[in-house]
Amino acid sequence: MSDLIQQVTSTILEPVGLTMADIDKVMAQMQGRAIDQADMYFQCSHSESWVLEDSIVKEGSYNIEQGVGIRAVSGEKTGFAYSEDLTQANLMDAAQSVRAIANVGEQSITKFSGKQQAKPLYAAIDPLETLSRGDKVALLKRIDQQTRQLDPRVEQVIISLIGVHEAILIATDDGQLHADIRPLVRMNVSVIVEQNGKREQGASGGGSRQGYDYFLAEDRAMSYAKEAVRLAIVNLDSVAAPAGNMTVVLGSGWPGILLHEAVGHGLEGDFNRKGSSAFSGLVGEKVASPLCTVVDDGTLLNRRGSLTIDDEGVPSQCTTLIENGILKGYMQDRMNARLMGEQSTGNGRRESYAHLPMPRMTNTYMLAGKSDPAEIISSVKDGLYAVNFGGGQVDITSGKFVFSASEAYLIENGKITTPVKGATLIGSGTEVLNKVSMVGNDLALDSGVGTCGKEGQSVPVGVGQPTLKIDDLTVGGTNA
Amino acid sequence: MPSSVSANQPFDLNGLKNSAEEIVTLAKAEGASAVETSLSIGRGLSVNARQGEVETIEHHRDQGVGITVYMGKKKGFASTTDLKQQSIKETVKAACAIAHYATEDEFSGLPDKDLLATSFPDLSVYHPWAISADQAVKQAIECEAEALSYDAEITNSEGASVSTFDGIRVLANSHGFVHGYPATRHSLSCSVIGEREGNMQRDYWYAVSRNPQNLENAASVGAKAAERTIARLGSQGLSTRKCPVMFSAEISSGFIGHFISAIRGGNLYRKSTFLMDSLDTKVFPSFVRMHEQPHLLEALGSSTYDAEGVVTKPRDIVTDGIVQGYVLSSYSARKLGMQTTANAGGVHNLTVESGELGFNDMLKNMDTGLLVTELMGQGVNTLTGDYSRGAAGFWVEKGIIQYPVEEITIAGNLKDMFQGIVAIGNDVDLRGNTRTGSILINEMTIAGQ
Repeated sequence: MSDLIQQVTSTILEPVGLTMADIDKVMAQMQGRAIDQADMYFQCSHSESWVLEDSIVKEGSYNIEQGVGIRAVSGEKTGFAYSEDLTQANLMDAAQSVRAIANVGEQSITKFSGKQQAKPLYAAIDPLETLSRGDKVALLKRIDQQTRQLDPRVEQVIISLIGVHEAILIATDDGQLHADIRPLVRMNVSVIVEQNGKREQGASGGGSRQGYDYFLAEDRAMSYAKEAVRLAIVNLDSVAAPAGNMTVVLGSGWPGILLHEAVGHGLEGDFNRKGSSAFSGLVGEKVASPLCTVVDDGTLLNRRGSLTIDDEGVPSQCTTLIENGILKGYMQDRMNARLMGEQSTGNGRRESYAHLPMPRMTNTYMLAGKSDPAEIISSVKDGLYAVNFGGGQVDITSGKFVFSASEAYLIENGKITTPVKGATLIGSGTEVLNKVSMVGNDLALDSGVGTCGKEGQSVPVGVGQPTLKIDDLTVGGTNA
Repeated sequence: MPSSVSANQPFDLNGLKNSAEEIVTLAKAEGASAVETSLSIGRGLSVNARQGEVETIEHHRDQGVGITVYMGKKKGFASTTDLKQQSIKETVKAACAIAHYATEDEFSGLPDKDLLATSFPDLSVYHPWAISADQAVKQAIECEAEALSYDAEITNSEGASVSTFDGIRVLANSHGFVHGYPATRHSLSCSVIGEREGNMQRDYWYAVSRNPQNLENAASVGAKAAERTIARLGSQGLSTRKCPVMFSAEISSGFIGHFISAIRGGNLYRKSTFLMDSLDTKVFPSFVRMHEQPHLLEALGSSTYDAEGVVTKPRDIVTDGIVQGYVLSSYSARKLGMQTTANAGGVHNLTVESGELGFNDMLKNMDTGLLVTELMGQGVNTLTGDYSRGAAGFWVEKGIIQYPVEEITIAGNLKDMFQGIVAIGNDVDLRGNTRTGSILINEMTIAGQ
C-alpha cells in the first residue's frame, strides 16, 4: 500500500474499528454478473470558518463530517445508500439494499489492494494547522483595520476565512483502493461604502488547495480588500445599464463563467447520453468561432477546481472540449463513459459520501488568442465592457444561459467610459461562441472562488478566459 | 447515545433528548456560561425512474449535532455527523476552543428565557409513508408514463422521482429548554423534454406534502410536467420594451422572498438593504397584506418555536401596504434594540393575502404584457434593490396567451416593483413556506433581440 492510502486508512477506518477485511466483505456483497460497477466512498472532512464583522471576530465554527456512500450500478440503474454511522453491520446493510438494483448472481470475492498512481497536484496537508487560531484572528483584525484605512467612505467590512481538510478513500470494483487528501482554503472580503447617502457594496476573494499562508504570500489578503473597496467605489458612480442586444467585451479571468454556463454544463456526459443537452449529437460539428479552443483541466497545480483523482479514483486530466470551434468531446464519469462507449475523463465528482457521483467540471477555460486587449476595446463603437460577475445559470436543454455582471462599463467610440449598474446577460449556448470575433492574448484564471451547483450538489471549480469580444449578446439593464 | 437507526422503527426521541441534556452539562463543565444544541436523525428513500425503468434507488441515513457555546459574551460553534460519545465530547471542546478566540460581543447570547416555548401543540407534521422501494418505483414509472404519453411532441425525459423523508430534531439550551419532535416530508416530481423543429424545451412539475395522503397523485404530476413542456415549444424572442409583467404563482414566492430578505435582521443591522428604517412605512400598495401562520396543521413551514426555541405566534408583517414588523432573531433584534420576532431560521408559512382574481382574470387585468413562468440567475441586489434576471414565459395580448418567449431579461428596482403591484391572484401555490398567488406588476424593462 502506498503511504497516502496507509495514511487515509488510518484516518478514516481505524478510529471506527473497520478493517480491510470488512471492505472486502462489503464489496463482495455487491459483486456479481449483473453488476457493472460498484464502489464504496469513505470521506472524513473537518472544516472551520472564522467571520469578522463590526471589527470583531463574531463567530467561528468547526465541523466534522464523516460517512460512507455505497453504490452498485447495473446498466443504467444505480443503487445507492449512505450512512454516517460507520459500523460493519451498517455497511453490510447498505450493500444489501443497493445490490437489490440488479438480480445479482453468485458472489465473487475480491481482495483489495492499493497502489497510488496519480502524481499529487497538492500537498497532503491539513490547512487548519497551517496557522494558529490566534494568528487567524489576528489576520482578520489586521485586514479589517487596513481596509477601513483605505478609504473614509468604507462603512462596513465583513471578512471570512474558511479551511477544509478532506480525506477520501475509494474502493472500486476492480479491487483497487484509491486515496486522496484535499486541502482547500478560501478568503473573502466584502465591504459597503457610503457617499452622500448612497450605499454600494463590493466583494473580492480567493482560494487554493494550500494552507492559509497562501493569503499571506504576495499580500493576497490585502489585495482582496483593495479590490472589494475599488469595486464598491466604482459602483457609487454607476448609471442605469443599457437594455437590449449589443457588442459585449468580457474581461479575462472570472468572466470565464461564460464558458462554464454557455458550453460547460451542456458538455457533461450524463446530459448527452440521455440526449437532453442542446449539444447532444454535435461532436465533430462547429459550435464556436474558429478562434475558440476550450478545455476542462483538472491537473493545474494547487487550483481550487483541481483533483489528483476524481471521486471515482480516476486521475484527472486536461480534456479538450472545443478545438478551433469544433466540438471534440464530453466530460465523463465512469458510468456515462461506459454507456456511451467512451473512457472516463476523470470528471466523476460528488459533493460528499451522501451524494451520487456525476460528470462535473474542474477548471474550465478558453486558451489565449492573438489580439491585444486594448485593440479589442478600441474596435468597438458602442457596447458594454463587463469585467466582474456574480453567478450564472443555464438551462442545458434549451441552451439558454445567464450570467450577472457586477462591474461593467459602457464602451463609446472605442473607449471605456461610464460605469453601469449590475445587469444580467442572457444568450444561447450553441450560438454565443459563434459570435466571438476577437480573442485576447491575456488568458487568466479566476482567483479561486468558484462553486458549481448541479442537481443540488455543490463542488469547487475554476474558470478562466482571455479578453473576448462577442458581437451580439442581450444585456438586461433598465435603460431601454 | 443513540447511534443507529433501523428502517421503519420509530426514532428514539427520549434517547436524543438525553443526549442533548448531556451536551449542555458537558459544555457547562468545560466552562461555558450558556449552551444551545440541536441534534437530528433522519432517514429517507428516493427513487428515480426514466424511460419506463428504474434509474436510481437511494437510501439515506442522516445524523448530526450542532453545539453553540457562550463563554460570557464570546461565542463558538461546532458540529459533527458522528454521534458517538467520544466525538460529541470533542465537538463540545472544539466549540469552547473557538469561543475562547472569538471577540466579546455584547449582543450575543441565548434568547431571553421568558420568550421560549412552554407548550407544544401537535401541528400534525409527522405522517410516515409506508412505501417500499418497489412501490415508489412503480409510482415514479406511472408518473413519467403519463407525461411521455401526453403528446407526441414529448420526445425525451429526465425522469420522475418519488422521495420520502422522516426524522426527528431535538433542541436544548442551558435555560432548561429541551424539546424534540418528528416530522416527515414526501415529494413527487417529473421533468420531460419536448421537441419541435429541432429545438428542445424542458419543464417540470412537483408535489410536496408532509402527509402522503395529501400528495398530488403521480399521473396528475406527470401530466402537468408534460403540459408545461409542450406550452414552451416554439419559444420566440421578444424585442426590448417596457411593459407590465405578471409572475406566475410558483415563482411569485421568490419575489416575495426578496422583500423578506430586505427586512431580515442581518441585512438591517448591517445596513445592507434598500428597506432600512422601513418599519411603519408604506412599501406596497394599500391592498397588500402579508402574515405568518406558524401553527397551520400539516403545513411545510409550521413550528411552535423557531431555531432558538422562541415561541412562534401568528403575526402581521404587512397590512395596508405598511411594514408592521421585521424578520428578526434574538441576536439581530438586540443589535437593533428590538425584540426577536421568532424568525431565527426563517419565516413560518408566510401568507400573502389573495385578491379576487383567478389566473385567467389576472391575465385579463394585465391585458398586454409578459407572463413570467421561469427566472434564471441571481441578479438581485438587496442593498440597492436593483433587479435584473433572465426570464422565460409567455407574451399576452388582450388577456390571452399568444406565444412562449425565451432568452429575455426583466429588470427594474424592487422598490418600484413592490409599489407597482397591481393585483395578487387567488391561484395560490401551497407547495412552499411562502404562500402566494400570481403577482401582476405595472411595468418592467424587458431586454431581448
